[in-house]
Amino acid sequence: MIKIKDLCTSYDGERVLHGVSAEFPEGKISVLIGPNGCGKSTTVKSILRLVPEYTGDISIDGKPLEDIDQKELARKIAYVSQSRNVPDISVYNMVMHGRYPYLSYPRRYRKEDHEAVRSALRMAGLEDLSDKKLENLSGGQRQKAYMAMALAQDTDVIIMDEPTTFLDVKNQFEMMDHAKKLTEMGKTIIMILHDMEAVLHYADHVILMKDGKDVLSGGAEEVLRSKELEEVFGIHTGFYEAEDDLHIYLKS
Amino acid sequence: MISDQNKKTGEGKAKSKALLFAAGALFVLVSAVLSICVGVSGMSLSKLWYAVISGPGSSAAQRIFWYVRLPRTEACLLAGAGLAVSGTIIQKVLSNSLASPGIIGVNAGAGFAVALCCGLGVFTAWAVAGAAFAGAIASTFLVVSVARKSHASKTTVVLGGVAVTAFLNAMTETVITFVPDAALSSRDFRVGGFSAVNQARLVPAAVLIILGVALACTLTNELDVLSLGDDTAKSLGMNVSLVRNGMLTLAALLAGACVSFAGILGFVGLIVPHIARRIAGSESGRLLPFAAFLGAGFVCICDLLARMIFAPYELPTGILMSFLGGPFFIWLLRNRKGGAN
Repeated sequence: MIKIKDLCTSYDGERVLHGVSAEFPEGKISVLIGPNGCGKSTTVKSILRLVPEYTGDISIDGKPLEDIDQKELARKIAYVSQSRNVPDISVYNMVMHGRYPYLSYPRRYRKEDHEAVRSALRMAGLEDLSDKKLENLSGGQRQKAYMAMALAQDTDVIIMDEPTTFLDVKNQFEMMDHAKKLTEMGKTIIMILHDMEAVLHYADHVILMKDGKDVLSGGAEEVLRSKELEEVFGIHTGFYEAEDDLHIYLKS
Repeated sequence: MISDQNKKTGEGKAKSKALLFAAGALFVLVSAVLSICVGVSGMSLSKLWYAVISGPGSSAAQRIFWYVRLPRTEACLLAGAGLAVSGTIIQKVLSNSLASPGIIGVNAGAGFAVALCCGLGVFTAWAVAGAAFAGAIASTFLVVSVARKSHASKTTVVLGGVAVTAFLNAMTETVITFVPDAALSSRDFRVGGFSAVNQARLVPAAVLIILGVALACTLTNELDVLSLGDDTAKSLGMNVSLVRNGMLTLAALLAGACVSFAGILGFVGLIVPHIARRIAGSESGRLLPFAAFLGAGFVCICDLLARMIFAPYELPTGILMSFLGGPFFIWLLRNRKGGAN
């Protein structure tokens, strides 16, 4: 389990997080929600040690983050970032980069690395596109390629920063279903989402943030029905049932 | 079934890579043989064979081969491979297709340091190579650190390099004006060329270039992971600043070693990576070795043309390259897509 306590983070001397505390349970989908600029991405980047400086405690399976080197961290947590470069390489070679944390001397990938890549491509449904150039794929397919790279990394935790942004509706559902399947396989998923309907349907645990602080955490329905959510976003929420399922609607 | 397909694809890739490298090696071989055999005094293949197996001697063929053509061809091969790999690394690390040792001030830094070293009366080959490396690395990190501190765009790195290059070239000219021998006793030094090359000067540079190119070819995964962006590279366990600075140091070492015997040879480090990328693709495992082959053969051919076009007069090789490189650079500016790789 990943735990953070009193996390404060600064960029160029400017404080972005003001004491965030949160827990991300194992084998579940945890979702960070909140307005733009409230520190969601900075929180997950702190866990990955991608921020220049932070204070507070971050622990992974009880071990303080300071005691975990970057390579070991990369074998524990994979990251699908928000801004994605589109290098001029094939999908196969792109996914192969997920094996970088396991690369040793001589700097050549081994048979088991290739097997892990094939397995990741199969799980992401990209076997037929493995020879295609990344730049020739659609947005949804590229997202799957980055997802496959994270799977090839063979970690217990995958962090996804706004994984459904730029995806069409069908691909959004596919991405979220895929994340759900991964939790059934025992993986822990931490993601940042803006789509409250997706949060309601897929999140096991939700952390609501505002102005660099955590405001409320709990089950999806509990957080989405809270008055804190309405205050944080300055909106009204409502719920209705259709086709035996609960849905959320938002009003300004 | 899927696994078999992927294995077949893997075998196909390995085969195409082997073919690509074989074609590159063949290009180098043909270029080198032409460079040795063609000149004001022609040399037939039978005379070449005789000169090779009989070793250095007093016959015309032996003297031409061992003391003129061989060092010059070696110098072309080394400079071409070194600058091409240096340019490829710089373009990859800075994610900027306009960057090259000539553009971001690496060659100019090495050139100034060599002129200063020779201007102070130190002409030993190792000292010149060391000075070239020191100058190259100082100018590289000056440009890159200024650009980083100001969070500058890719274009600013190039503009900063142009400014540093202009300043350092002016310093080099000043040194050469007061101490003409500072230009390695070579009229080609300012534009790059091989007329004053000899085996003794080549040895330290050859060691550095061969080791540098070999090291670069083992670090191709690092270059590719770096091109995914800093956050993704770090999340994959890479020490990004160490790798970036290490790769830039390697690029400076290669460019500096080339300047130590060939002078300020521009455009190779810009043109060759672009042509190589079009043929071999952007994956560093294919691109870097192929750029080395292509650069080596390309400089050999340019030097041959520079020797032959106005024979018996000889153009400095750098001038011929600028004739080719200038229009190519303009074409690149017109066709590039957003400055990406």
